[in-house]
Amino acid sequence: MEVLVFLIPVSLGLGALGLAAFLWALRSRQYEDPKGDAARILSKEWDDRPRPAPDKDNDGS
Amino acid sequence: MTEARTDIGSSDHDLRLSACPACDAAPLAERIAQRAVKTGELVLSLPTVHCATCITDVERALAAVPGVWSARVNLSLRRVSIEAPGLAAHDLIPVLDRIGYEAHELDPAALSATAADRQGRDILMRIGVSGFAMMNIMILSVAVWSGAEAATRDLFHWISGAIALPTVAFAGRPFFASAWRALRAGRLGMDVPISLALILASAISVFETAQGGRHAYFDAAVMLCFFLLVGRYLDYRTRAIARSAAEELTALEVPRAVALVGGQETAVAVADLVPGDLILVRPGARVAADGIVVTGTSEIDRSLLTGESLPVQAAPGLALSAGEVNLTGPLTLRVTAAGRDSSLARLTALVAAAESARGRYTSVADRASRAYAPVVHLLALASFGGWLGVTGDARLALNVAAAVLIITCPCALGLAVPAVVTAASGRLFRRGLLIKDGTALERLANVDTVVFDKTGTLTLGMPQVAAPEALDPAARPVAAALAGASAHPLSRALAAALEGVGPAAVEDLREVPGYGVEGRWQGQMVRLGRADWIGTDEAAPGPASWLRIGDRVQRIDFTDRLRSGAEACVAALRRRGLRVMLLSGDNAGAVADIAVRLGISEWRAGVLPQEKAAAVAELSRDGAHVLMVGDGLNDTAALAAAHASISPASALDAARVASDMVLLGSDLAPVAEAVGVARSAARRIRENFALSVLYNIVAVPFAVAGFATPLMAALAMSLSSVSVTLNALRVR
Repeated sequence: MEVLVFLIPVSLGLGALGLAAFLWALRSRQYEDPKGDAARILSKEWDDRPRPAPDKDNDGS
Repeated sequence: MTEARTDIGSSDHDLRLSACPACDAAPLAERIAQRAVKTGELVLSLPTVHCATCITDVERALAAVPGVWSARVNLSLRRVSIEAPGLAAHDLIPVLDRIGYEAHELDPAALSATAADRQGRDILMRIGVSGFAMMNIMILSVAVWSGAEAATRDLFHWISGAIALPTVAFAGRPFFASAWRALRAGRLGMDVPISLALILASAISVFETAQGGRHAYFDAAVMLCFFLLVGRYLDYRTRAIARSAAEELTALEVPRAVALVGGQETAVAVADLVPGDLILVRPGARVAADGIVVTGTSEIDRSLLTGESLPVQAAPGLALSAGEVNLTGPLTLRVTAAGRDSSLARLTALVAAAESARGRYTSVADRASRAYAPVVHLLALASFGGWLGVTGDARLALNVAAAVLIITCPCALGLAVPAVVTAASGRLFRRGLLIKDGTALERLANVDTVVFDKTGTLTLGMPQVAAPEALDPAARPVAAALAGASAHPLSRALAAALEGVGPAAVEDLREVPGYGVEGRWQGQMVRLGRADWIGTDEAAPGPASWLRIGDRVQRIDFTDRLRSGAEACVAALRRRGLRVMLLSGDNAGAVADIAVRLGISEWRAGVLPQEKAAAVAELSRDGAHVLMVGDGLNDTAALAAAHASISPASALDAARVASDMVLLGSDLAPVAEAVGVARSAARRIRENFALSVLYNIVAVPFAVAGFATPLMAALAMSLSSVSVTLNALRVR
């Protein structure tokens, strides 16, 4: 039964890891558009980040 | 352009408030930055996006526009948010239009999505925490159930407790808060027994663990939190989706008016208008505030306010109400009442009063929980007293009472209604029907009489030529040329009917606002317009236009076009055995025509708004449950008075506010379907309650008799919750 000394912390640690991953996903707004994400996986567009802002010249006044 | 000017003006004001010296050094840069913050984000509604290709198309097209920093489509909400400082919605809508996507500007101020998001994320986070805690505790509990003894069992219980106590404290907060509110108000809600069970189960388990006892209910406490939170979340989601779509409908009407300030046109918010202001109402625009026409002549479409399908002629001196639509010429109004005092807002207030009357309806769930809480508390108290009296052992008696509370705890009851409502409203939402009110489905299920409004509901409020073939072939090219020169609805309908006819070479074409179009063709005068202007005193039964070529005068009759699916909807409702009626404010001829086309035998024409509400009230007094379907301001009182109500998305804001359900598409067929889905949902809700009661009837005697174990509680709880959820998915 000595193995429990390792197993219990390991199982708790894995659980905590899963919880942390879930909270991270929640906080980084990954549940905002489930339908869109399901569709986006099929697209070849690069949309990892918002497009870098162009220089201010374009910003028509 | 006027908007940009106002923004710079107001950022000047902000600048003076800021005390940083660098800002003074670079005022222009600061101004530009300020404006970027203010007008940087645009939100457009895209009702037609539905697939991966649509996302790519829209984002690529928008990104190609100079000045657009980023564009991100949200497919779930069918919206695109665009970061484009310096650009306005009217710069981008044509871009999307060109690639075939309908887009509408949304007023970001009316979308309070962020606040709603936070609440949803909050519940999700609590679900996540209790879910992970439940899994970990369950691993340990399974070991205890399968025979862990003595020190091992105590250790496992202690570890479970260390996970469960913080989890219950965090995840159970919504229940504790709501139970506390209920107690302070002197009520017993569903959350009081839930909170009591959570607290008692945790406390007893800690005590038992400290004593080295056999049973600890940590798993049950956490599991209770988990299942009940899932129920809460489903409930919240249904309401959030409905609310966000309802907000979107409101946000579609960006409340702006064009005011004349010192002879200059300036865009102002409708809320800032005061009596005495001059506003300009362009053709096709809705009148923003009550006022009197100062200059200009035009025709006014009052159908949303009165149900009349014939436009009214407007000339200086005529009083207009907010919500009416200007058809032909530009009008200048002097505002007499704006915002809260306008007739539109006053009617909306009347509706709010009528609405509270319907608030008296208590849902099945409320009735169940009202009966449930006292029964559970008495049962737990009785078993505590009974066991204490028989054995004299307070610890045992408390254990039994806690087991009774846990077993009877309404896991299944908490899921029974939200799961069904979520399944049913999701189904109806996909068909284009939005449910605004939680009890709407239940009320819709009881409906046995359907009352329709005509203009804008059964019909589109868009005229079409009654008999295109009756038009003299020789006159057709002239009619096409004249009709093509005007944006009046009747002219547009005529132009559409004459599509393919080459327009004649009519010279000196000009539109006389409020009267018609005239020109010269082969040396003679030609006119298309009102009877009195054409020079005839002939009367028409419905909407009509007259065509004059030289001395010959010809009448062109129009009928209102039926909404698609109207016939199928009425037929389907009758097949279900519902009584279908038509009440309209329009004249008898037009109403009879529509009634005959749809096969509705009971109809009344020329009904005043208050008569509509009275008719609905009278039907209700006779024991009928009325579903009112209407769109106009003249329907709002009736919509609010009816047992259930539906309005199309094209309806006036006030009408949509007054109704329980909003039809998003232009097709009327989902109305009949909704009645079917509602009846099926009501049946599932009753079945779910029966399932929960059955499970209680089986499990409670065990608990009262003191045979309940944590394993039994866990099994019964999950079995009943899962069976209720599966049953909900059977809604068809």
